Amino acid sequence: MKQIKQILLLLVLAGVFTLSLTSAIEPKEDSSASAEEKSATESEKTPGHFDAEEMIMGHVLDSYEWHLLTVNGKHITVPLPVILYSKDKGLNIFMSSRFHHGHESYKGFRIAEEGKYAGKIVEVTDDGQEIRPLDLSLTKTAVALIFSVILLLWIFISIANSYKKRKGQAPHGLQNFMEPLIIFIRDEVAESSIGEKYEKYLPYLLTLFFFIFFNNLLGLIPIIPAGANVTGNIAIPIVMALFTFTIVVVSAKKFFWIDIFNPPGVPWWLKFPIPLIPVIEFSSLFIKHIVLVIRLFANIVAGHIVALGFFALIFIFGEMSLLAGYGISVITIAFTVFLTLLELLVAFIQAYVFTLLSALYIGLALEEGH
Amino acid sequence: MELVTPEAGLLFWMLLSFTIVLIILKKFAWKPILNSLKEREDSIADALQSAEKAKEEMKKLKADNEAVIRQAKAEREKILQEAREIKIKIVEQAKEEASQEANKMIELARVNIRNEEAKALEQIKTQVAELSVDIAGKILREKLADTKEQQKLVEKYLKDIQLN
Repeated sequence: MKQIKQILLLLVLAGVFTLSLTSAIEPKEDSSASAEEKSATESEKTPGHFDAEEMIMGHVLDSYEWHLLTVNGKHITVPLPVILYSKDKGLNIFMSSRFHHGHESYKGFRIAEEGKYAGKIVEVTDDGQEIRPLDLSLTKTAVALIFSVILLLWIFISIANSYKKRKGQAPHGLQNFMEPLIIFIRDEVAESSIGEKYEKYLPYLLTLFFFIFFNNLLGLIPIIPAGANVTGNIAIPIVMALFTFTIVVVSAKKFFWIDIFNPPGVPWWLKFPIPLIPVIEFSSLFIKHIVLVIRLFANIVAGHIVALGFFALIFIFGEMSLLAGYGISVITIAFTVFLTLLELLVAFIQAYVFTLLSALYIGLALEEGH
Repeated sequence: MELVTPEAGLLFWMLLSFTIVLIILKKFAWKPILNSLKEREDSIADALQSAEKAKEEMKKLKADNEAVIRQAKAEREKILQEAREIKIKIVEQAKEEASQEANKMIELARVNIRNEEAKALEQIKTQVAELSVDIAGKILREKLADTKEQQKLVEKYLKDIQLN
């Protein structure tokens, strides 16, 4: 019974996702259709043609406003704060609605339409050149990030409180759901990869795991304030990998460096005069962490792109004939349900893998002889 | 390309929010959660250990009890055996005593009977003697009713006495 309920919930979610996308794109078709009839002068970029790439990339990439849907050619978006600092104009804070979806410029700033900074806010200098100011805008991803942070803090502090309140008693409610995960990270990830000194790194690993896990899951929910592509934005895993890298470098023991620069058991001619092995070992130190970034980023982006690709199918077929569009939507929704289930798994696995590898790297750094 | 180019602003926000999350969660969430998890695990381990101990003790107690019961049973058996023996002895003794008593009584009865017999015989003897004297008297009286005769007899006795 419970399983049926869950499947129904997923179906509803997938349905909502489809609907929100449908409403986001269909009116565009309508307006372009009416544009053909009335030969109106609505300046659409791609009139009469559904651009799958634009739709997918528009979702996957960051933006200055949170697009909800488009009704009769009008974009309904939630404007987000733009925070800019430039040498000439100093600090500027305003809402992204000032740009009117990128059509207008404001205070000498505008969203570049093409070139190196396409889609980003640029400052137009006196000689007409576009330069990039320091852009600390709370973009869609940043807002989703802050939302997930608040959620994370709220959930775990309330769980901590229930631990304090129900001392020595069996776990209850949310506590019951999170406890196995916490114990799993503690026993199977931290303790087994780091060893005795795991307790020092456990708070970091737990934060890392739940941060990635929550953001991955929120990415699957298609309604604001979730649904942004947070862990699929490369800046996010980069920062987390930087944390792991810093911890590894700071806490590394002597043996770790010896193993890199003068690994024992390697013939001397591999180290001198050309330090082949040391170079490989040293670069692997960075490559490991770069791969950590790419693994998480690519998995999450791929999930989003595939899901959106299925939705794009509806509109590509819908342009050929309305019936084909409706027909393909059944298959699309079935696939999306399957994909969402898969993505739930991926959400967990990627959080786990990132945490496990971080723990392993820390464990390697702490090793004192084989 | 934009996909794989990190944005400075987002890097900044991520760095900031991740640091904040890490610090706050470490202090207000992980510490109490991990502490109470550990506490609970310890208390469960303690409880299990003491349960094991109690089990062991129970086993020991049970073994003790069994030994006591076994002993008690053996004792009971012994007592019963003794009682049985005593009973047999008592019965035997009683039988012997009874037979002795009976013998005594029989003996006594015999003696009594004998005495009675003798007494009865004596009595019969005297009675017979009396009766015979009586009869003799009566006969004599009859016979001596005639004075002649009486004279004759007295003379006869007198002759006998003189002879003596």
